[in-house]
Amino acid sequence: MLEITNLHATVADKPILNGVSLHVPAGEVHAIMGPNGSGKSTLAYVLAGRPGYEVSEGSATFGGADLLALEPHERAAAGLFLGFQYPVEIPGVSYLQFLRESLNSQRRSRGEAELSGGEFIKLAKAQATLLGMDAEMLKRPVNVGFSGGEKKRAEMVQMGIMNPKFAVLDETDSGLDIDALKAVGAGINRIMRAPEKGVLLITHYQRLLDYVEPDKVHVLRAGLIERSGGPELAHELEREGYAEAAA
Amino acid sequence: MTAPFPTRKQEEWRYADLDALQPVWEQLGDVATLVLAAGESLEEMWLPIADDVQVRRVQLALGEGANARIFALNNAPVYGRIELEVSLAEGAEFELYAANIGAGLSTNEIVTNVKHVGEGGRSRQVIRSVLNGKAIGSYLGKVEVARGAQQTDAEQSVKAMLLDRGATANCKPELEIFADDVKCAHGATVGELDAMQLFYAESRGLDPASARALLLEGFVMGLWDSAGEADAIGDAARAALRRAA
Ligand SMILES: Nc1ncnc2c1ncn2[C@@H]1O[C@H](COP(=O)(O)OP(=O)(O)O)[C@@H](O)[C@H]1O
Ligand SMILES: [Mg+2]
Repeated sequence: MLEITNLHATVADKPILNGVSLHVPAGEVHAIMGPNGSGKSTLAYVLAGRPGYEVSEGSATFGGADLLALEPHERAAAGLFLGFQYPVEIPGVSYLQFLRESLNSQRRSRGEAELSGGEFIKLAKAQATLLGMDAEMLKRPVNVGFSGGEKKRAEMVQMGIMNPKFAVLDETDSGLDIDALKAVGAGINRIMRAPEKGVLLITHYQRLLDYVEPDKVHVLRAGLIERSGGPELAHELEREGYAEAAA
Repeated sequence: MTAPFPTRKQEEWRYADLDALQPVWEQLGDVATLVLAAGESLEEMWLPIADDVQVRRVQLALGEGANARIFALNNAPVYGRIELEVSLAEGAEFELYAANIGAGLSTNEIVTNVKHVGEGGRSRQVIRSVLNGKAIGSYLGKVEVARGAQQTDAEQSVKAMLLDRGATANCKPELEIFADDVKCAHGATVGELDAMQLFYAESRGLDPASARALLLEGFVMGLWDSAGEADAIGDAARAALRRAA
């Protein structure tokens, strides 16, 4: 479903990704682990199309189509969702307005009917409740005054509302206490565990993987996939650290 | 009695559209006075009207521990001026959240003089301008901290977005501080929408034009986030933005 081949990318002329190859078939969850600065977020941004993240070589296809040829909003409409490591604050724009306009814009470009205000609020409230977030928070400006954990939970509420085909989740688990971690893990399983969907789960720690069991685990180091394996690789990394596991 | 007609030599009238002001000075030149007694609170919404030239000149005196919050939208078709002189006694708090939204050949300006007279006063001025065509938007903000006004906390945040090459934003924060234990912060930017906010919005499915429009709206609407009842000023600002963008 997501096929990355020999992907090279630079940020501010500095090479960060040095030939990443990765295939996530439909129905699978793949975890990407790796030390700080190894290029995990860069990979996530390149997949979502962040300006300034230049692909110098290689390819990425999504459902057979050239992902890298699409604008960020077209990737979203195609069903790609990026859960941000650092969700962005937007003062003056309420979550409800932000998500309703975003979702309807996606639906328009897919030729689907837009949701009315009432329909959207119902959907948003249901998703917030499922993730244990007070739906009143959706009336507030996007992420303004949210704690780190609330921001991450809100990313998952957004994912529930958008109902994407594929999610790249960049350290969604960092900054979460154990209850929030459980809620987020359950949210990922509920929203994304389906035969026609896929997930790339970027994480530092084993603990989220206790709730969202990955089909494969990859270790990214210095912009390259250094090792791949089954779920047991995450346990090994947890026990021995990246240096040992690499050796 | 109306004050003598101003001249451009007076700093606070430097960017004003005096030609537009001249014929209406007799009606608009008066300064209104508001006095808050100790501990009193005030929240005001200043909305624009339909007139070509709109001038609001206010003197506001805050007693000990009094607090005033003013939300203002400056959006005159020809010349708009919001002029505020504020004095703060001990522990008083003053907040101004104001927007200049200007289109065409208009001039809209906000001119403030905030005088911290007593100790421990707090003032916060947040100004956002959105200007298109050849519109001019100005903020001249003087903050005076008197000798005895220790522990004053004064903040000025001024940002402008120019939608066309011909538009102009003037920003002149000025500090006159005679106390040594004070915090005075000011920041001013002219320019671009935040690149990370744009990418975040686009990653959720908004096309670039819609993302820009939404962020521009947020740039202004964020001013009213702390208002008790922001529907009227929010609607007026949204309508003004639609005309300008
Ligand atoms: N905007 C940027 N400008 C310059 N260098 C960057 C930028 N973003 C990331 N980098 C660099 O790219 C490398 C990988 O960063 P990142 O992808 O954030 O790693 P990770 O998410 O694995 O911690 C780091 O060396 C970082 O300093
Ligand atoms: Mg990262």
